[in-house]
Amino acid sequence: MHRTGELSGQFQTLEQQKDSATLGMWIFLATEILFFGGLFLTYTINRHTYASMFAEASRTLDLKLGGFNTVVLIGSSLTMAMAVWSAQVGKKKLVTLFLILTLLLGCVFLGVKAIEYKQKFDENHVPGLNFQFEKNADQATNAHAQLFFSLYFGMTGLHALHMVIGAGLLVWLIKQSMAGRFTPQYNTPVENVGLYWHFVDIVWIYLFPLLYLIDRH
Amino acid sequence: MSATMSTTPPQSPGYQLPKEHYLNATYGIRSWLLTTDHKRIALLYLASVTFFFFVGGIFATMIRIHLLTPQGYLVTPETYNKLFTMHGVAMIFFFLIPSIPAVLGNFLIPLMIGAKDVAFPKLNLLSWYIYITGGCFVLYSFATGGLDTGWTFYTPLSSVYSNSAVTPAILGIFINGFSSILTGLNFVVTIHTMRAPGMTWFRLPLFVWAQYSTSIIFILGTPVIAITLLLAGLERMFHLGFFNPALGGDPILFQHLFWFYSHPAVYIMILPAMGVVSEIIPTFARKPIFGYTFIAASSIAIAVIGFFVWAHHMFLTGESTYAALAFSLLSYLVAIPSAVKVFNWTSTLYKGSISYDTPMLYALGFIGLFLIGGLTGLFLACLGLDIHIHDTYFVVAHFHYIMVGGAVMGYVGGLHFWWPKITGKIYPEFLARLAAVILFIGFNLTFFPQFILGYLGMPRRYHDYPPEFQVLNVMSTAGASILALGYLLPMLYLTWSMRYGKVAGPNPWPATGLEWRTPSPPPTENFEVTPVVNWEPYDYKNRPDLGLATPTAPTLAPAHGDD
Repeated sequence: MHRTGELSGQFQTLEQQKDSATLGMWIFLATEILFFGGLFLTYTINRHTYASMFAEASRTLDLKLGGFNTVVLIGSSLTMAMAVWSAQVGKKKLVTLFLILTLLLGCVFLGVKAIEYKQKFDENHVPGLNFQFEKNADQATNAHAQLFFSLYFGMTGLHALHMVIGAGLLVWLIKQSMAGRFTPQYNTPVENVGLYWHFVDIVWIYLFPLLYLIDRH
Repeated sequence: MSATMSTTPPQSPGYQLPKEHYLNATYGIRSWLLTTDHKRIALLYLASVTFFFFVGGIFATMIRIHLLTPQGYLVTPETYNKLFTMHGVAMIFFFLIPSIPAVLGNFLIPLMIGAKDVAFPKLNLLSWYIYITGGCFVLYSFATGGLDTGWTFYTPLSSVYSNSAVTPAILGIFINGFSSILTGLNFVVTIHTMRAPGMTWFRLPLFVWAQYSTSIIFILGTPVIAITLLLAGLERMFHLGFFNPALGGDPILFQHLFWFYSHPAVYIMILPAMGVVSEIIPTFARKPIFGYTFIAASSIAIAVIGFFVWAHHMFLTGESTYAALAFSLLSYLVAIPSAVKVFNWTSTLYKGSISYDTPMLYALGFIGLFLIGGLTGLFLACLGLDIHIHDTYFVVAHFHYIMVGGAVMGYVGGLHFWWPKITGKIYPEFLARLAAVILFIGFNLTFFPQFILGYLGMPRRYHDYPPEFQVLNVMSTAGASILALGYLLPMLYLTWSMRYGKVAGPNPWPATGLEWRTPSPPPTENFEVTPVVNWEPYDYKNRPDLGLATPTAPTLAPAHGDD
């Protein structure tokens, strides 16, 4: 195994390999946008139809935890960007450090998310599991609030799944980074996982105002 | 038009199979199931899509037998619902969509652009496993209660009311979607980064352009059907309300999301077939293709415009009149790039030196059938007329002309065209031509009567019909049995030829593409040395290496003084 990254058999040059991997990641992210797009469209139409109910349901979300998580995630994007930079300039120890920091921040985000889910579970706000928006809420209110929470769990759940996958990728990167694999000549995996991580971050940047900040001004 | 009826491929007896090629480089079941060779993966797909074609074919046979008599001959109404649903699901998601891209595309794209393999060989193998996993879920659904929602999974029928095995089927199609996405991603990257020196964008074979356009749809469309079916599945499992009006949801939203993928999916089926035809026509007309740039660009145009026509499936399901007007107009627009292709193929034939080898029969059949399928599509895009023929057999006939007459004809024609490259052997030409003619006759006899049935008002998806429609239905069923024979024949003689066929040689037709400049079957690495391309595509004039005795001069003279 070559220290500066090995060339897979189907490629002629390292440059070609890098171009392919990078293009592949960008295309993958394009498919991800379309994947989330279906949910965003469903959200938009329902919020338009049931504007007041969505506002009311949104107020039951924990703004502090959501805001905290937003900061954590933006911070993780910073450390990820630092990891990519460190790899490009060849500071091998810093790569590992920043990747571990990113992983930790990602785990904090997921932990906080779990606490929020637990709250919703206790409040009977989980769709399909004895959903009850408020005491004595009528059927229509319940149904429309359930739409909001279906979207809340669908969108944040899918986002969290992407975070879990991202965390797995980070573990894989950290292992290789500790073995000193990443150099200024070969660091495409760090860059590409970085792209993925930033994408997942950006999705949250949209989710947070759409779900938490509907009527809080 | 001067046509010569010559035509057993100019195959000299001296050819021998290369000593080592991709088929015999390694042995054993592991060497196939763990292969990352795009050619072997193509063959894995070939076996699996053929399996699903026969699963879907069995359902089709039962449908046609059932419709022999007005009150229904074979099954209960409930079973009939399941038959046409499972026919659609097996054929669309597990045969038509992967057929040309995953079989011929996988085999040919690296060869055509002069690469050793696709950009991501492991991902390519993963795509196949994902396809198989999805297929298993769907077969499980078929075996345990079947599926009766129609292949469209309209809500709330699929998410609330259906008692059939909807959840595993939805899961299967959801999983299978990732196979399409990864294949599309792999192809786009491969075409961008893996081209041999000198293989510029406008020297790419038109098949590659078609695959590129198809891959764009794979990439941008498939994620939407994935999330849509996921939502419908969650709705069914947890009684959520996204698409259920009783819970405040909107069933029309499901239809919009569904067709946003599923209309472009039609172009996933037809575009690669157009690519196949664009390869076959110049080869057997011995002429450079007419209007290369326009054919290439029209593939991209179809892929792009195809994303803006989806709501023409919903003219009668409650969308606004203004939306319907816009979607009607946009649907007409798709006819333009499609017609550009047909005109260019026809112009290529003009004064060509045409030979009617088997692939050419399929290509010519394709042009005719696609023309009928495409033009009847315009009837359906017309708002007023659609009210009359919506949800009738007219629609069934229309899309079968596109999907079977177009996509399947292209696929089978392509299989014949590249069979010598894939196996190194030639199939029996006479039998093959016979099968092509049988398929053409059987197809038209099956589906043309359905245009008339639909126009007279026979609705689709019903298990019975008024007695006055019986004659046309019997004709259709008779045609279907001829069609079945037409599919069985290639299945048999192609398999036979793998062992007993004559050795083909590297370029039996001869054709101009890079894939014909390497031995048949190719070595695992595709080329001994990386090829350098310094010629234009389909250039028969300046290719002495093809061994054509009299290049083009005589045939360019008018065959008759006045034409």
